[in-house]
Amino acid sequence: MCLALPGEIVERREGVLPMALVRFGSVRREVCLAYVPDAAIGEWVIVHVGFAIQRLDEAEARRTLALLASADDSIAAESTEAADTSRGPEPR
Amino acid sequence: MTDDSHDSHGALDAPTLDCPVPFGAYERITLAHGSGGRLAARLVRDLFVASFDTPELHAAHDAATFAFDGRLAVTTDAFTVSPLFFPGGDLGSLAVHGTVNDLACAGAEPLAMTVAFVLEEGLELSVLSKLVRSLTDAARTAGIRVVAGDTKVVERGRGDGVYVACTGLGRVRRPLATDALGPHAIEPGLAILVSGPLGDHGTAVLLARDPRGVEVDLVSDAASVWPLARALLDANVALRCLRDPTRGGLVAVTHELAGTAHTFVLDEASIPVRHEVADVCELLGLDPLHVASEGRLVAFVEARDANRALALWHAMGATDAAIIGTVHARDVAPVVLRTRLGSTRVLDLPAGEPMPRIC
Amino acid sequence: MKHVDEWREPKLLRALADRIAREATRPWTLLEVCGGQTHAFVRFGLLDLLPPTITMIHGPGCPVCVTPLEVLEHARRIALRPEVILCTYGDMLRVPGVHGDLLSARSEGADVRIVSSPLEALDVARRSPERAVVFLAVGFETTAPATAALIELADREALTNLHVLSAHVRVPPALDALFASNSVDVDVDVNVDVDVDVEAHANANVDVDANVDVDASTNASTSTSDTTPTDPNTPCIDGLLAAGHVCTIEGTDVYAPLAERFGIPIVVTGFEPVDLLRGVLACVRRLERGEAGVENAYARIVRPEGNPLARAAVERVFSVADVPWRGFGVLPGGGLAIRERFAAHDATRRFALRGSVGADEPIREPTSCRAADVLRGRLRPLDCPELGRRCTPETPLGAPMVSSEGACAAYFSRRSAHA
Repeated sequence: MCLALPGEIVERREGVLPMALVRFGSVRREVCLAYVPDAAIGEWVIVHVGFAIQRLDEAEARRTLALLASADDSIAAESTEAADTSRGPEPR
Repeated sequence: MTDDSHDSHGALDAPTLDCPVPFGAYERITLAHGSGGRLAARLVRDLFVASFDTPELHAAHDAATFAFDGRLAVTTDAFTVSPLFFPGGDLGSLAVHGTVNDLACAGAEPLAMTVAFVLEEGLELSVLSKLVRSLTDAARTAGIRVVAGDTKVVERGRGDGVYVACTGLGRVRRPLATDALGPHAIEPGLAILVSGPLGDHGTAVLLARDPRGVEVDLVSDAASVWPLARALLDANVALRCLRDPTRGGLVAVTHELAGTAHTFVLDEASIPVRHEVADVCELLGLDPLHVASEGRLVAFVEARDANRALALWHAMGATDAAIIGTVHARDVAPVVLRTRLGSTRVLDLPAGEPMPRIC
Repeated sequence: MKHVDEWREPKLLRALADRIAREATRPWTLLEVCGGQTHAFVRFGLLDLLPPTITMIHGPGCPVCVTPLEVLEHARRIALRPEVILCTYGDMLRVPGVHGDLLSARSEGADVRIVSSPLEALDVARRSPERAVVFLAVGFETTAPATAALIELADREALTNLHVLSAHVRVPPALDALFASNSVDVDVDVNVDVDVDVEAHANANVDVDANVDVDASTNASTSTSDTTPTDPNTPCIDGLLAAGHVCTIEGTDVYAPLAERFGIPIVVTGFEPVDLLRGVLACVRRLERGEAGVENAYARIVRPEGNPLARAAVERVFSVADVPWRGFGVLPGGGLAIRERFAAHDATRRFALRGSVGADEPIREPTSCRAADVLRGRLRPLDCPELGRRCTPETPLGAPMVSSEGACAAYFSRRSAHA
């Protein structure tokens, strides 16, 4: 899998690589920001093997949770249509 | 004894009339400290006897003797920990707590213990004296006397700094019947209690050994559990078995006690685990239920007395104590966890020491 | 923990499970790609929540599981060299190789150290210039960028004593292989000899189908409450939960060709309980509507374009290579090899490891292990005659039992739990 946890950037530390102190609940850990170099203090990132691999979109998280909590029957709408075969394959 | 160890003879050597070698002449343990000569004698007199300071040691016999009345509990244990000092304790205090807690689980009040040190040549004397002082303080707090001891020195590279081996003696608390307490007394219907949050010790030591850039406010829970055990015994709680969830954590202990006859059903939501421990475990891919505690008790109590036992513990300040499960006749597995969702899963023994993982 | 606890809320989960039960009008077989998802399904007791119409099978998704014996043996031999410090993730220590695991290599004197980030290996190399520090790098697309950073840093600092043994693997080629064999009755050479010493399966060593058949009926007779017997034929996978953290790097577009080619829905799914059930629900809805295509149900983390910076780093350091996967054989494009430009940091070059280790014995997967079937989704772990018998976490026959997220280990810890 890839054990990855969301954490909040509490301090930026510049070095050979951009680093940050990231808070995971009651724990803080130094994390490398090489792959999300613009992430700022207060932003949330998802961290795997000591590297932040992506920003967490808090608005999206809230939106999803609100939809789920509303017991709205249109949950499907909350997923993002990423690509569709009707649009044909989009190889990278 | 291996050939390469060097015996300082006797239980603990007597003070000598020789011109004292200045204690500070060596900053580190040398083979001479285990030789049976003057350096060894000085070490014993000025460090061990002076610190432990019990009449049995001052008597300087080969063996300690003392009056005893009642039923004796005996336990023996060897201690090693890396690093030697960790938040909330060290090898010295750990040796006392480990010994006392094994006695407590037998319902025995701690009386006396022996301490054998295996020292690696090159160990700093300041480290040793810190450990001895810590051991002394822990023993005093726990109400146990060090009555005999021994020191061996092994060549550099043949030990890990210090090992400590202890034997503990305790008096089984009245009015406990001789066979009232123990794994054999576990039967379906009993409630399972723990005295506090689990995994503090193992997590604190893991991070002390290898911080991995992790910062967290967490200390070992290592402490004597005798006061917790005594409270239940003194109040005549219908207690069947006590265990301390050390190596392998709650999962290992419950597996051992469930044996082949029982299934313990544990309630995930009731098991106390500190946020700090849960968060570190989440980060490193560990399971808190596999992680050791050194100052907690798991108690098996008749259901009618479970709430009373819990109230006793809460009143003593063990506010996180909780009823975490019940004993059933053997179903499919020794230990089953009822998850927060109400579904169940088997809790298996960990194959070995928990290791941080990334998958 | 914020952004974790909300996604484990029991009330939400029950509501989602209800919805799945209501909307699934017929049986659907879904495959979750990632071993981490398998582990989470089990750890949180989610499988019991799913209606009987939904069957989850477990894909190839654990990099530890698929690391070939050859790499493990290379790692062991390198570790045993006196000048070497071998650093790797804790997951790798108990994976049995040909001659034991890295833990036993350690007991033979090897200096094996557990790291939780490649940057820790970098520190070891800096502190021990007189030693050769070898990082055994495992993982999918998610983990490869961290290894790439390590190699680029070592290169920049001219740390000549740091070498990487790359066992990095790529998910899409495995899915290609898996779906190419979906519902095709391939005559695989499964290791039928396993069953000989297991009484209940004594007659099963005839062919694949008969084998699975017997397993299935045995399973049914022990009636685990939450399982339906495996179809005696190769299971047909209706839909796919793609691994959210792989997509964090790779983006979502890589799955479009696959969804197109095999006409299935692919839902990019996270790892928390709510994420998993959302993924199942989204997949079921598409199946009920008869829609293929790719859907992102982990949008708070996964962007359609993934993480281009991370991909660029991987591209600079690695080239796509044909590598063996445990249970799959050699997969075209299935792994990552270190580029020539970084040859100085490539352990296979530094230690002259080429092809098979030791001319005396070609390295083969253990014949009593059916990891291949499990990883292909042909055999569910619960139906394996060895599970809990000869194969346990203490005596793993194959990698899926070793990793705590391995499909077999995950099932071992919940087998017939209906207390």
